[in-house]
Amino acid sequence: MSKTPTPRALPASIDATLDLLAAADYLADRSLATVLFLALRMGRPLFLEGEAGVGKTEIAKVLSATLGRRLIRLQCYEGLDVAAAVYEWNYGAQMIAIRVAEAEGAHDRERLEHDVFSERFLIKRPLLQALEPDPAGAPVLLIDELDRADEAFEAFLLEVLADFQVTVPELGTVQAKAPPIVVITSNRTREIHDALKRRCLYHWVGYPTAERELKIVRAKVPGIGKALSEQVVRFVQALRKEDLFKAPGVAETLDWASALAELDAVALDPATASDTLGVLLKYQDDIARIEGSKAKELIDEVRAQMRAAE
Amino acid sequence: MSQLTGRLSENIVHFARALRAAGVPVGPGAVMDALTAVECAGVGTRQDFYWTLHAVFVKRHEHSLLFDQAFRIFFRRRSSIDKLLEAMLPQAPAREEEKPPPGAQRIQEALMSSAGEAEQKPPELEVDARLTVSDREVLQKRDFAQMSAAEIAAAKEAIKRLVLSLDEVKTRRLAPHRHGHIIDVRRTLRASLKAGGAVIDLKYLGPRSKAPPIVALLDISGSMSQYTRLFLHFLHAVTDARKRVHTFLFGTRLTNVTRSLKAKDPDEALAAVAASVADWSGGTRIATSLHAFNKLWARRVLTQGAVVLLITDGLERDPDDRLAFEIDRLHRSCRRLIWLNPLLRFAGFEAKAKGIRTMVPHVDELRPVHNLESMGELVKALSASGPRAGDPKAWLEKVA
Repeated sequence: MSKTPTPRALPASIDATLDLLAAADYLADRSLATVLFLALRMGRPLFLEGEAGVGKTEIAKVLSATLGRRLIRLQCYEGLDVAAAVYEWNYGAQMIAIRVAEAEGAHDRERLEHDVFSERFLIKRPLLQALEPDPAGAPVLLIDELDRADEAFEAFLLEVLADFQVTVPELGTVQAKAPPIVVITSNRTREIHDALKRRCLYHWVGYPTAERELKIVRAKVPGIGKALSEQVVRFVQALRKEDLFKAPGVAETLDWASALAELDAVALDPATASDTLGVLLKYQDDIARIEGSKAKELIDEVRAQMRAAE
Repeated sequence: MSQLTGRLSENIVHFARALRAAGVPVGPGAVMDALTAVECAGVGTRQDFYWTLHAVFVKRHEHSLLFDQAFRIFFRRRSSIDKLLEAMLPQAPAREEEKPPPGAQRIQEALMSSAGEAEQKPPELEVDARLTVSDREVLQKRDFAQMSAAEIAAAKEAIKRLVLSLDEVKTRRLAPHRHGHIIDVRRTLRASLKAGGAVIDLKYLGPRSKAPPIVALLDISGSMSQYTRLFLHFLHAVTDARKRVHTFLFGTRLTNVTRSLKAKDPDEALAAVAASVADWSGGTRIATSLHAFNKLWARRVLTQGAVVLLITDGLERDPDDRLAFEIDRLHRSCRRLIWLNPLLRFAGFEAKAKGIRTMVPHVDELRPVHNLESMGELVKALSASGPRAGDPKAWLEKVA
């Protein structure tokens, strides 16, 4: 957290939000910009759900970078508890403090307890950090992949997001002066409870349209040729229409485009596509289905489309 | 940003009401939010207005479609709310007269020669013959398919009383534990301070255990029709007792009825289920239904060590390679796959039908479930994590 970015004001309109995101090469569609703008204006958490690799986490990173706020990330996992998410005491230091007090002959219990449970011995975890005042403005709190945590944590989060405060029994209640910008993401491996969603603005992040995906590829993979980038995007878009177990996300498209650019490919051909399919598809069943003749068929289709467009 | 005109806010309130009628849960809080949001965003283009309301009213991906339709109809002709309500109200499918179960013939075929004499005999009759016969015991052994209306009512009561104790699965979460192996420093330190830090009395943590989620896939095709109603009662009882239970019905297509089963009253829940399913007592397409489940739901409901109950007679209309593929995928994505087959009630049951033979190698357990006794045993099996009965291979060996 050493770098201190310059703070910027929140965007004043939906168009300004779009521009803000575009400044960091994040090409959002208008629906996402609208919900993001509202979340910022209304001070409500933004709940983003969608398939893996469509740029949910990226939003928080872009916000932090463009608004000049600190990014605090809480990665959820099964068994995530208060000690890892909110605060923990520094037991080693506490033990030493107790030993020192003993050696000095202090036996005032109340005094000792007060000293040992003071802020000096507190280790702040992401949620507590996010509530602290920051000169650059309230930080961006990213709660990533909430569906991986269990329901108990979700219920706890409910309390934090409602009032932006947490209670440390030994210290008292900590309340945020300015509520952080909260972005919650979920891959929908389970349903998040309605009570939590009700406190948030919800948005489903879908796959981008061909036009927008092409812009994203050209912005993020500068070395790629004009024809190749168009072929890549059309191929991926066609692939998403196939009956696959896991369709490729934007992240996979970008990886694939980079891979092809690295291989100095000028145009897509069936052999290269089949060889590099592992970058796009992550299930063996899916790869086996597309490899070979199906890949060739899709590429022919893409070529025909491009010829027709000319 | 100007104050909202009275007419616009009035329209938003009406729109929220229409959404509610269409089945999108919209609370009064959301209406207040909508007014604030529209004020924040300003009423610009139609598209911005659309997404502004969408951001506030839609809390689930599947509601997006309802919202879209409601928005189109409502804001094209604002006055005709009645029409909108009429168009959006869920229409109960007309109930047909009871027809003879079309699967009966196929059951006969599947059982082949041995069906004749064994049909009426419950499997463990000899063992339990010494017991005095009370009404309750008769009920325990009676096949669901042969029950009278009064007996079914009694069985429903009995199902309600089935107690599902918690099947324990260790989670990654820790809790105070007397015989745990990890020192709970937080509690230890607090406790030692009580004694002024002189005595350090170690406190421990151990893994906390929790009941795994249950996912039930219930066949509602014609050949299962005599059983489905009571199974639904059973699943309702399980849903009531456990927190994480998902229920899907399938005949020719897959329907998620989890929400409907959440109603407290069993009759109300079953009525809601009936209204949401279109393919009662039709044919069975197990492979197609499993494919839909694997693709659309498996990753959403099979997390955290789920147990899958597949309740079907396995009489697939057209068994082929796809069935093996889909059941294998299902098996690999859950912790335990239990196949409950009412056909197992026949003593001479042999896994001859092709669909059954295809599926058996891919399940962890194959159990009969045709009377209260077997249902009780299932509950025991769900509750315990010890040794398991119902090894599916035994059924294959019988044939070989």
